[in-house]
This record gives sequence, structure tokens and C-alpha cells, in this order.
Amino acid sequence: MLALKEVSKTYRIGTFGGKELHAVRNVSFDVKPGEVVALIGESGSGKSTIGKMILRLIGTSAGSIQFQGEDIAAFDHARMKEYYRKIQGVFQDPFSSFNPIFKADRIFGIIRDEFYPRIGEKEWQEKVNVSLTAVGLNPEHVLNKYPHQLSGGQLQRFLIARALLLDINFLVADEIISMLDASTRIDVLNLLSDLKARGLAILFITHDLSLANYISERAIILYRGCIAEMGNIQTVFNHPLHPYTRLLMASVPRLDKKWEEPVSVVDGREATLDGCPFYGRCPVADKTLGCDRFQPPLAEVEPNHWVSCYHYPVGKINLR
Amino acid sequence: MSLTVDRLRVYYQTLYGDVKALDGVTFGIKDGEIMGLAGESGCGKTTLSNALILMRPPMKYLEGKVYLDNEEIPVWDTDQMNPIRFAKISIVPQYAMNAMNPTRKIGKMIAELLEARRIRSTEVTAELKRRLDLVGLSHDVLKMYPIELSGGMKQRMVMVISTLLNPSLLIADEITSALDVSTQRAVAEMLVEFRDCKIVKSMIIVTHDISILYQIADSILVMYAGKLVEKAATEVIIHQPRHPYTRLLIASLPKVGIQHDQKQLVGIPGNPPLLLNPPVGCRFRERCPLAYEKCIEEPPFIEIEPNHYTACWKEIEGHASA
Repeated sequence: MLALKEVSKTYRIGTFGGKELHAVRNVSFDVKPGEVVALIGESGSGKSTIGKMILRLIGTSAGSIQFQGEDIAAFDHARMKEYYRKIQGVFQDPFSSFNPIFKADRIFGIIRDEFYPRIGEKEWQEKVNVSLTAVGLNPEHVLNKYPHQLSGGQLQRFLIARALLLDINFLVADEIISMLDASTRIDVLNLLSDLKARGLAILFITHDLSLANYISERAIILYRGCIAEMGNIQTVFNHPLHPYTRLLMASVPRLDKKWEEPVSVVDGREATLDGCPFYGRCPVADKTLGCDRFQPPLAEVEPNHWVSCYHYPVGKINLR
Repeated sequence: MSLTVDRLRVYYQTLYGDVKALDGVTFGIKDGEIMGLAGESGCGKTTLSNALILMRPPMKYLEGKVYLDNEEIPVWDTDQMNPIRFAKISIVPQYAMNAMNPTRKIGKMIAELLEARRIRSTEVTAELKRRLDLVGLSHDVLKMYPIELSGGMKQRMVMVISTLLNPSLLIADEITSALDVSTQRAVAEMLVEFRDCKIVKSMIIVTHDISILYQIADSILVMYAGKLVEKAATEVIIHQPRHPYTRLLIASLPKVGIQHDQKQLVGIPGNPPLLLNPPVGCRFRERCPLAYEKCIEEPPFIEIEPNHYTACWKEIEGHASA
């Protein structure tokens, strides 16, 4: 349904924009209808940039993003509006997604003015109620309130309800539960899994591996703008191959296992733009394989499991 | 006991009345204990850690006593606290990233800090360098500005500064929240090392992330709406929690390897009460599946098993009849 083809994004930084920051480099993946894909990465890995490019909030520097076979960069204003009927985003901080001086349901009014100018009042109310009920909110309790009168979890669900008003089939969820408390966070996750059961595809952007694992089918691990590893989430979690994914798995705090095996982190090596992005910290980097000079291609090492590392050439897995 | 807190009550003054953010808490920390302080946002965990080191308006001290190494600490008096702060009780603040003066080189900033405490910086230089080695920072950072350091490096630098005078108690407030997973582990393990090297005697680690506490804390204290809920050894809190809030909280945490179609986790319905006018009795009453008539009275925080404290009438009655 949605496909990224060798997408890159370069930001100009420095005083006069003289330096370049390669936020996303040659990223390709696709999302099928009704699929939840987790985009996992640390801060600065480019995960939010990818989400913003899909929503066309920022443009791409190279490559194309295709929605149902069409390049979104070529869409004019009218087509863009059609696109936003199908695809919406929800972001990390629910408190700054609302204008504090207006009532929270103003976000529904904006949708109505923009997308449903001819709908009758009664029909619209009905639509809002259905949508709010779908996200587990009681319309009587939450309508006609200001943002500060609602909790973070309620506001986040409000934003999802807003997206649902548009009959979307793709949702970009950028760290939507990071700011919520543990006791309410799981409700929003369960809501996403309900929506998925109704056929909604979700790009779940997160840094938290256990949350990603709970809801997603496929995982994409990003490191410095490049895909390090990609595949079925169970495979990636249980048999991580890329040294970076292994480091991540060994460091994530778990409730069922204590940190035992020590992690080896290498510091001080300089990664070049041409070489493997993880070269600077990789414990198994090998100059004879070319880790420092060439970026390893993303290779399918077993069915539906892609790794970008010279230690894993196509079709050959050692080390388990 | 390294730290003893007795019925400490601290409110926030607002135009609408007092917000009862910390409402009579009593607990102790043993020598060498790393205590995790867990709870949701607004439960009073940051209020508690701030109350132990710097009580400034709108915070208002009402009652309670704090003892550190058997000496009473005048937490209500900001001036009298001056010689204690940094030397005996020290804190690694929540936004350690921004805790350093951006216009000074780090070495100079540390020297100024020590001068303010009437300590000659040359006396400490050797020890400072040893500490930098301990956390894996090069000595060159002393000649750098904070902006030249990455987030994890700044965090480690602040940890070194905070513990330079070997405080008896170190408070670490959400110090791992802003870090990446791999850096998080390194910083967390460093905290344990500080205790093992006897640089600090005991520690309070404030966080909302219970899985981090499971890795490094000896005991966990759970707070809810300004009250203490449960305190016990880490293993006990994670595997045999007794208070309904702790149980629901632990059960709602997704574990690595669990997927929604195998096991649907549930959250806790409802929201925490507002602390401007908190409900009488147990503050978890309205969200508690086990609540009954008795819960209209406030449950005491008592020891139901050795070193296992909880504030729930069900548990207290079960304990009394057993």
C-alpha cells in the first residue's frame, strides 16, 4: 500500500547551512494493508524524519514515497487533500498538539470544515460520537472541555479519534505512548491493536522495544538513518543478527531477565559516510571486509529477515 | 539506617489552596541500599526527592522529620541546608543535560563550585581524575565546554560532579529517561558501581520505568497520589506485589516477547485523583477492584512481612488474622 523507495533526507546545518546532516539514507520498505510495522531507533536515527516524510510535512532529498503506486511528491493540492483522507499522523506530546485557549473538540471542527463542509449537524455529531466511542472515550465526558481538563491518555485518544473521522487506512504513530503513564499506556496500545483488526495499517515509531514487540508484526531497526536489520518481529527479537540489534537487545531493561552478559561498546572510532554507519561502535568491525569503507547492502539472510552487515552474506547464517 | 523519613508532609501553595503532593510519608533506607522510587506522573516522587534537598516556594513544609546517619536534617530551612547539600545529600537532576553552565569550561565550573564550598580545587584534582576514569571519560573534558559533550557524556559528567564530595545520600531523578537504550544501561550500571566503590552510601533512584529499577535497585518504593503504597525488596515487588495498585501496575507493563494476540494486557481504569482536594481514606479506592467499606478510612503503611511494607486494609486484615 505504502512503499518507500531509496528515500534519503539531508538537512543543512551549521551557521550558513554549510554542513550536511544525513538524517535518512537510502531507506526502502513497504507497508501492506492492515499491517503494523515498528520503526525502532534511538534519538537521531531518523525515525521521526521518515514519519514526517510519509505525511509530506517535509520533502524528501532523494528517492520516492509511493502510496498505492503513485508518487506522493507529485500530488497537487487537491490530490494531497485526498491523500490526507487516507493517511494521518499522531505525535508524541498530546499536550502541545492542542491549542490551549480553544476547547479540545475544535480539532474535530477543523476536520469538518476542511473535509466535510456539506454534512448535516446531526449526522456530524453522530460521526464524532462513533469515532470517540471507537477509541474508548465517553463523548459526554470529553466533549466541550479544554485540553487541560483532559488527561494525557484522553488527549492522545482524542487525536486518534480525529484521525478516524477521516476513514483512514494508514496511521503514522510517532512515539504516541512515550509520554503516557504505565497504567494508561497499555489502553492506547490495545486500541491500536483493535484498529489494526479493522484493517488499519500502522507505522509504529518508537524507541521502546517491549512496546514495539507487543503490537507489531514487522520490525525495522534504524541506526543513523540506515536500516540495520528488518524482518518479522519475533525473528528479529529472538535471533538478532546485526551487532547493533544485539547491543540493543542486551541493553533493554527487561522485567523477566536481569542484565548479565556484559556488553562491549567500542568508542572513539570514526565512522565515515561511505562505510557502515555502525562502524564507530561495532565490536566485530573488520577492515578486511570493508566495514570502514563501504556500506554493507541490506541482504536477505533468511526468508523475510534482512540484515545490513558484511558478516552475514546472502543465504548464509553462522553464529547463532 | 542511612536515611529515615518520618511523617514528612509537603504541600504546594497555589491560589486555589494547597496541593497535597506529599502527605505524610514514613520510610527508611539502610546503609548501602539503592532504593527505587516508582510511580506515575504527579504521584509526588519528584516532590519527595526535592524535599530532601531543596525546599523552595511554592513548596511548603508542614511537618515531619528527616534523619541522615542519625543526625536530624533541617529540610525546612534552606539556609541551614546549605552545608549539607552537595556534601552529605546530593542530587543528579532530571535535566542533567542542562545542569552545567554553558559559558564555562567544565574544569573551571567545578573549581568555582568547590570554591563556593571553601574547598581548594587543587586538593580534589587527583580524585576528580580518578572519578573520570571510573566513568570512562577522558581528562580532556575538563578543558571542554558542556556543548562539546554528547548527552550520555554530560550525564556521566554531572554524576561525577554530584558525587565529588562523597555524599552519604545520592538522589538520581529520572536520570535515564532522556538517554538511549544502550547509554541508559551504562549510566544505570555506573550508579551501582558508585555504591560498590563506597563513593556514596545509599541512593534513591526516582523513575517511572520499573524495568530499570528491576535491574539495579535493591528495594522499590511505590507511590500513588502523594502517599506511599508499598515498599519491599525488588524481587518481591516485581514477583509478589501485595497492594492492588502495585499488582495492576506491574501487570500492565509489556514484557519483551509478549504480543497482543497471545496475551492482552490491561491498564488501570480511571485516573489518579487531583491532589487539591484528595478523597478521604485510601487514595486508590476509586480505581481499586478490591475496595470495600473499610477503605473510607486511611490505611496505615505497616510492615506485613519483614521488610515488606504496604498500605492496604485487605492486606492488613489478612495479616492480623493470619
